[in-house]
Amino acid sequence: MGILSSSVSITQYRVEGKLSEPILESIATGLKKNAVEEIDNESSDKAIGWTCFNNPFSTDFNQSPFIIGTHLVFSMRIDKKIIPSKIVQKHYTLEMTKRLEKSGQEFLSKTEKKEIKDHVIHLLNLRIPATPNIYDLIWNYESHTLWFFSNLKGANEELETLFTRSFKLKLIRLFPYTMATLASPLSDVEKDAVSQFTPTRFTE
Amino acid sequence: MPMLDVAIAYNRYKFIGNEFLTWLWFSIDTNQQFFRTVDETITSLYLGNRIVLENSINDASEIITIKGDDAGLEEGLLSLRKGAVVIEMNLSYKTENQEWNFTLKGESLSFAGLKVPETGSVETKADIEGMVLEKAYLYEKAIELVNRLYHFFLKLRSSVEWNQKTVPDIKKWMQV
Repeated sequence: MGILSSSVSITQYRVEGKLSEPILESIATGLKKNAVEEIDNESSDKAIGWTCFNNPFSTDFNQSPFIIGTHLVFSMRIDKKIIPSKIVQKHYTLEMTKRLEKSGQEFLSKTEKKEIKDHVIHLLNLRIPATPNIYDLIWNYESHTLWFFSNLKGANEELETLFTRSFKLKLIRLFPYTMATLASPLSDVEKDAVSQFTPTRFTE
Repeated sequence: MPMLDVAIAYNRYKFIGNEFLTWLWFSIDTNQQFFRTVDETITSLYLGNRIVLENSINDASEIITIKGDDAGLEEGLLSLRKGAVVIEMNLSYKTENQEWNFTLKGESLSFAGLKVPETGSVETKADIEGMVLEKAYLYEKAIELVNRLYHFFLKLRSSVEWNQKTVPDIKKWMQV
């Protein structure tokens, strides 16, 4: 689901802190340094990074600019290789049999078994392509707001980590408490009152 | 004010979001004019096709989901009378000739299933930029509406009026 989908999910964020000038250059640097890396034909099983909006399989931010109007628009991509456990089991069993035959041993030690399993997963990861998931975002630098187009817990957590690492800015998820204390026009007295709230009883 | 750990704050204060939704339903039902003071382009704000309530009695919790057009009114009110709060609500927001539809969760106040008014079709790269701007504007309308309503609610909730007038009014409304 992305910005142009017919139905979207949005989690609001507040961005705290300032980028060094020139701002657009700082953002471009953060994006390029943390662009998603291709892991097909590699042994890694997961990659997370930035990619171009509406062109998610390109990380050339010069070709696909990340500024639209006053908005910064780009996407986070999570590539993940999912190997069905039965495939792992099959290759693990085959490899163990081979090893036993070759060595003439009757049993394999715990360490040997683990070694074989790691090796099997490593080989399978080289052969299995990663499944990409793309999540768009719109960031308004001036108003300190960011809309992330997903409510998935895992995706939101990955965004928070990646964003902080890329731009050295604090990204605060907005929910009832943070909306009240960080992103509302309430006075300090009212904000203190919010912290003291206890549930209202609507029935006696 | 010291900043609480995010996960603790999320859980400890999610009841505020649920109360907000409960109050919003009450306002939708009893005071449509009020919404004009928050958004002058609004013509109506109504419950959509889904409402979810939660009733926590002692340590057990019961979830009641009501679906369908004109969702919830009777059964929902009955659950409220038994002590439930609204935890999720689908809303329809209309201006003179446009309509938005979305679901809000009380605990996060995040948007799900947000549908905005139709925008033009995309044929060229320039169209995409125009479309993003148009979509961003339309998303902002819904987000701003909810943020403003929530801020209004917080001011009310932290004032003496909440306990003296609003809570008794909500109790009366539940009994009707």
